Amino acid sequence: MTAAVSTTQAARREHGGAAALALGAAVALLFLASLAVGRSGLGLVTLLQRAAGEDAETIALILREIRLPRAILGVLVGMALGLAGAALQGLLRNPLAEPGLIGASGAAALGAVGALYFGLSSLFALALPLGGLAGAFLAVALLYAIAGREGGVLTLILAGIALNSFTAALTALLLNLAPSPYAVQEIVHWLLGSLADRSFDQVWLAGPFILAGAVLMLADGRALDALALGEDTAESLGFHLAAVRWRVILGAAMAVGAAVSVTGVIGFVGLVVPHLLRPLVGYRPSALLPLSALGGAALTLASDIALRLLPSQFELKLGVVTALVGAPFFLFLVLKLRRSVA
Amino acid sequence: MSGLAAERLMVTLGGRAVLSELDLALASGRLVGLIGPNGAGKTTLLRALAGLVQPAHGHVLLDGKPLAETPRKLRARRIAYLPQGQRVDWPLSVRRLVELGRLPHLEPWAIPGGPDRAAVEDALRATETEALGERAVTALSGGERARVLLARCLAGEPQILLADEPVAGLDPYHALKVMELLAARAGAGVAVLVVLHDLALAVRFCETLVLLSEGRLEAAGAPMEVLSPARLARSYHIRAQYGEAEGRAFLVPWSRLDPERRP
Repeated sequence: MTAAVSTTQAARREHGGAAALALGAAVALLFLASLAVGRSGLGLVTLLQRAAGEDAETIALILREIRLPRAILGVLVGMALGLAGAALQGLLRNPLAEPGLIGASGAAALGAVGALYFGLSSLFALALPLGGLAGAFLAVALLYAIAGREGGVLTLILAGIALNSFTAALTALLLNLAPSPYAVQEIVHWLLGSLADRSFDQVWLAGPFILAGAVLMLADGRALDALALGEDTAESLGFHLAAVRWRVILGAAMAVGAAVSVTGVIGFVGLVVPHLLRPLVGYRPSALLPLSALGGAALTLASDIALRLLPSQFELKLGVVTALVGAPFFLFLVLKLRRSVA
Repeated sequence: MSGLAAERLMVTLGGRAVLSELDLALASGRLVGLIGPNGAGKTTLLRALAGLVQPAHGHVLLDGKPLAETPRKLRARRIAYLPQGQRVDWPLSVRRLVELGRLPHLEPWAIPGGPDRAAVEDALRATETEALGERAVTALSGGERARVLLARCLAGEPQILLADEPVAGLDPYHALKVMELLAARAGAGVAVLVVLHDLALAVRFCETLVLLSEGRLEAAGAPMEVLSPARLARSYHIRAQYGEAEGRAFLVPWSRLDPERRP
């Protein structure tokens, strides 16, 4: 009897239902907190008080035009990074895979930097994210051309690494050739990654791609489960792996490419979040996907709130904060792994 | 006709013919041992029968229809495949791992139901691994692991079971245990094809042996007829001692043949 009870408890825990609820609640709270925190120095209560008073229009404007898109983008981008990290780690059966691995984020960054460099973004504001999206899609097309329809995992990783190095080199080249220190500063600042000063234009542009990419990745959760047993066994369980592989890669590229296009490069979310949450779902790749999406959203929102609370003359960039927190944490994971192996 | 069959099967890998002119039929309820020296094409034959490699010529037929034309899910429900040295990449619990065997039966987005849970319990019971349910697969001993991996195959309730060296690396107790499990499956009506390197085990448990040599079917039939001294010399370059115990014939590989004495 006791054994039966503990078994069902373990099963429930492995389902990650409680963890998903907790993370969902955390995302909702952080979303509200993100609306309450800002450079204007006005807390949510003050805002609401004033909204009832004479400043109603200004306050509504701040909330609607500045803080709301920022919070929504925080959720979308975090979700894209967390989900893509979990999906790629499942697909490649490697806990060190991260969304940048397939080259889409590097290419998106290059596309956006190109839009900055050639002055397109001063012609119309959306040129920047559009350039990023174009870069991401070009990267997937190149990957497909190199690896082919039946491309194996190793070919894909190697092609992704090559794409990453090449886009990084081209981005460096544009920085090198930048006409003025001001242009360099603009590009570097953008590359550091930020959610500040975004509008609903960016939400409408990136949102559909991120959501469509998320659907593509979530739909293949069961195939990722089967892949825990290797490619032959997954295929023998009825999955068409070549198709699964391209759906997951296309989904990740769409979501991450769109995220990078509107925010710049935000590191470590896609690597650390799935890693951290995996034990909560009994290491099942399919159950990790939605949980990791929530975790990514929570971490991104929390980092974005933290950097606004820091008393500093310049606002820190989001990509800097996530890497500052993420890298030491990752080292800690490596040490823990070493101890458990030894 | 029902069951799995190969007809004039030819498989090439990297331009080299690994299997050629191979005919084979698996009948339900029989335990068939697939034997042959290293590099004879046993694993390739198993992968071709599972639909994992496309033949260059000939067909694999499932119920008389080409396997390639059978829908993937349907094929996966009928045929279970246990690869050699099966790896598990995440430290899944034993129960979670065995549940993966139900994947061919699940509709997209559907939650596993009563029949799925019952099949998983049956598979755990048949392999005597119920007590391991919550343990991580990566923390099991070799013998436990082999039974759990077999349970994953059984959970899918296949009519055909293809197992590639399921007893490799097991001590005699656990090797006998796994062979008993396979024989019990055959007794329950499943067509079992198992790749074996241990000829003594093959003779002890299999009703039929299929001997491959250099990609060709060398012989098929009753174990002692297939493993005649002449064939052992020609295919394996060894000599065996033959005997009888408890009313059954047995064989023990005994010595290598000198290269010049090989036929």
